[in-house]
Amino acid sequence: MAAAPKTNKLGLMVKDYRGGDSTLCKGCGHDVITNTIISAFYEMGVEPHMVAKLSGIGCSSKTPAYFLNGAWGFNSVHGRMPAIATGAALANRDLKNIGVSGDGDTASIGMGQFVHMLRRNTPVVYLVENNGVYGLTKGQFSATADEGSVAKGGATCDLPPIDLCTMAIELGCGFVARSFSGDRKQLLQILKAAIAYEGTAMIDILSPCVTFNNHKGSTKSYDWGKGHEGPVHELGFVPHWEEPAVEFEGGKSVEVPLPDGGVVWIKPIDEHDHDPRDRVAALNLLREDYENEAVFNTGIMYLDPSRETLQDDMDLSAEPLWNMPLEKLRPSRESLDQIVDSLR
Amino acid sequence: MSEPSTAPDSAATAHPEPIVNRLSIQIATVNGSGSQTANNTLLRAIFQMGIPVSGKNLFPSNIAGLPTWFTIRANADGYTARRSEVDVLVCMNAQTSREDVAGVPPGATVVYEESLKLDTLRDDLDFYPVPFAKLVREVCPVVSLRRLVVNMLYVGVVAHLLDIELAEIEKALQKAFATKPKALDLNIDAVKAGLAWAEENITTQSRFRVQRMDKTAGKVLVDGNYATALGALFAGVTVAAWYPITPSSSVTESLIELADRYRVDPETGKRNIAIIQAEDELAAIGNVIGAAWAGARAMTSTSGPGISLMSEFIGLGYYAEIPAVIVNVQRTGPSTGLPTRTMQGDVMFCAYNSHGDTRHPCIYPANIEEAYEFGRKAFDIAERYQTPVFVLTDLDLGMNLWMADPFEYPEGGIDRGKVLDQAGLAAMEDWGRYKDVDGDGIPYRSIPGTPGGKGAYFTRGSGHDEYAVYSEDGDVYAGNVDRLKRKIQGSADYLPQPIADDRGSKVGIIAYGTSEAAVAEARDQLRGEHGLETDYLRLRAFPFPASVQQWIEAHDRVYVVEQNRDGQMRNLMRIELPEISVKLDSIRHYTGMPLDARTVTDAVVAAEANAEGAN
Repeated sequence: MAAAPKTNKLGLMVKDYRGGDSTLCKGCGHDVITNTIISAFYEMGVEPHMVAKLSGIGCSSKTPAYFLNGAWGFNSVHGRMPAIATGAALANRDLKNIGVSGDGDTASIGMGQFVHMLRRNTPVVYLVENNGVYGLTKGQFSATADEGSVAKGGATCDLPPIDLCTMAIELGCGFVARSFSGDRKQLLQILKAAIAYEGTAMIDILSPCVTFNNHKGSTKSYDWGKGHEGPVHELGFVPHWEEPAVEFEGGKSVEVPLPDGGVVWIKPIDEHDHDPRDRVAALNLLREDYENEAVFNTGIMYLDPSRETLQDDMDLSAEPLWNMPLEKLRPSRESLDQIVDSLR
Repeated sequence: MSEPSTAPDSAATAHPEPIVNRLSIQIATVNGSGSQTANNTLLRAIFQMGIPVSGKNLFPSNIAGLPTWFTIRANADGYTARRSEVDVLVCMNAQTSREDVAGVPPGATVVYEESLKLDTLRDDLDFYPVPFAKLVREVCPVVSLRRLVVNMLYVGVVAHLLDIELAEIEKALQKAFATKPKALDLNIDAVKAGLAWAEENITTQSRFRVQRMDKTAGKVLVDGNYATALGALFAGVTVAAWYPITPSSSVTESLIELADRYRVDPETGKRNIAIIQAEDELAAIGNVIGAAWAGARAMTSTSGPGISLMSEFIGLGYYAEIPAVIVNVQRTGPSTGLPTRTMQGDVMFCAYNSHGDTRHPCIYPANIEEAYEFGRKAFDIAERYQTPVFVLTDLDLGMNLWMADPFEYPEGGIDRGKVLDQAGLAAMEDWGRYKDVDGDGIPYRSIPGTPGGKGAYFTRGSGHDEYAVYSEDGDVYAGNVDRLKRKIQGSADYLPQPIADDRGSKVGIIAYGTSEAAVAEARDQLRGEHGLETDYLRLRAFPFPASVQQWIEAHDRVYVVEQNRDGQMRNLMRIELPEISVKLDSIRHYTGMPLDARTVTDAVVAAEANAEGAN
């Protein structure tokens, strides 16, 4: 890939997409993701003030403060960011929502809101920075910890994990990806495609907790990720204003156009012949991952850009609701007379 | 029980002369039997005859099979509170009929299905047996419809007994079945059949009668939830999120109905409002907070259990200073409680809702006009003070039909509070989201998406300084929550002010919300029956303005009338106005039934006797 230009299509520089200094542990996987988010929004040329950065509670939920200082941010309550995203999307459909969550925030306390967000196709790039533990309360297992995985203190996880990607596909999510904070190159392409995507884009990212879950016996450690990650394809995203620069050598590749004109390019790798438009194939791929602890498949698992977003499903005006003039919202005197007459 | 001379609502004594336009009808039916249309037809017909009415639906938490009662009060003086005495009883429910008959005062009229043989139960009532089962077979050949049509038979019988005009009944039915001409004909025929049977078989009319008068001209008949929704519509609500819960569901359902008609852009066919049924109340309030943060006028409607679930987000809304309109149609708690019964049970819970030091503006509509007005004003309050606001109505106001003056068109615009647009942000030097620039505790906010490179900030429920930057500094924290307290207290003069009706008495009554109707009538009873003049202050909002304390100070004894067990408003005043707390006595009603005047009158008389004795 060519070196990034100094400015993007808006004439903004990378620094215009930066945020405050991270207060997370040195080496935290989340910080890598934060930097990748900065690159993705920069390369996609999104106006920072049109981005809403949303989160719940937890280490991951702190990160929206570390990117896009020019965007409005909202660090809400534990597990409830999807409700905030939904409300914001209804109020102003021109905003680009990015929500950053964690495995506790999504798979435990926030499960109820997570599944209904998927079901509604709420427009949001929804990241789960998944490390299998509660970091901020010092290392308790979360609901995504693998069965048999060993905690820092020696305890073994006895319960099966919740697989967020499988769940997302089953609930009709049209953009389901899995990635690894140790694979920045892949994550950047996924994020760019997710930003271009209009509905809920769910990205489950293994993001090791260097303090509480980075030891031998953990299946969410950095070494485990590095040793097991198997991208199922090479990925590229070409925004609508760019000429296709992705060239795959040989083999068959898949192009999936998004409604905004951008194109996701995918070339299967090795034994995988995964077409992300195939829902059943995606579920099978995830099943393999779930059943074989030595497998850690990454990439865009499922992609279906055809589904209506929440706002279209609700038939909302193209004009954002939040600042519609009162004349459009308050019925006329004649209308009130009509209402009163109907009650007599 | 004696009746006041000013309001001789039927006394069931031996007087043979008719009692006109002062009566209560109670219709006992089985839940799910479709009696609602019949009962509303009677109510509406009397209303159309110019006689003031009110209707109370006393229903179970059940879809079909349990007993339900509908009471209609017609009163020439315009009293609309529930009366506990029944003058005309219609027994259509075998299950409760014996108890129903045992509960009415001597002299009452009882209409019943002849096979129930209720006339053997008492000898001091006027019994009217009617062969409903037989009649319905004659009038309705379709077996499956008989259960519904039988209700119209009693409408006809009651119309004959009480002199309700057939033309008005037909008019009421035309309204109910405007889009169903076949059903209209069937129902009118049934009413006429009931009437004809009664004309032929009933020789003595009931002593309770109605007679046309002119006291309802121009008025409307509507439930409070509809009025609240209408207020929100005219306030320019753009996002409404809800989770169904009795007795509040019809707030948002009314809004949906109104939005279908008045919020679809005629040119594009697109909607200018988003109404979302959330997965639970946690999400409903989250949607509201998210939408309001992004600039929308946003609301939710719920009842007590929903407020319990919303409390975490309400605390966030308070601390992060995000507007939200929360309509709480109160029902009987705690827990699931009596979900279809009324109560003013969340007064305390809403005033200080959520963990930590919090306080929220609360407004208490007492009637249809205020349900509409406050449903609108709540948005101005929420946006002006950038905070969640509670509209505390209850099941009695929300779900029952009340007479009201026609809704007035709102004059003037709306108050969106201190919102800075691009130019405003550019003009303001050193803007900080939580800076108290004007000394009123209200900061200036910006809306996501505002261009120009200024105004972006990070909203959080954790500690923050004037610039919305994370802070755990104790002095910064204390300064911030002190400002918040000042801000909310400052709303007291902006909120609906209390209404005083003083007649120079040293005895005062304080009430709020739906206790209004009963208290107004009780004051007449106290004056008429006991020669006791009272002053009256109706609270309409929390926090209290200074005038509340002044009014209490000007009285020797003050009775706070409310519909809960613990005297929640009295307790709230004791906390907020400690200097005068000793003057506050409490009159409480908490059976789940709407408050009646007699309960208030008796309690005041008993308490005054004690007070006199102590002097």
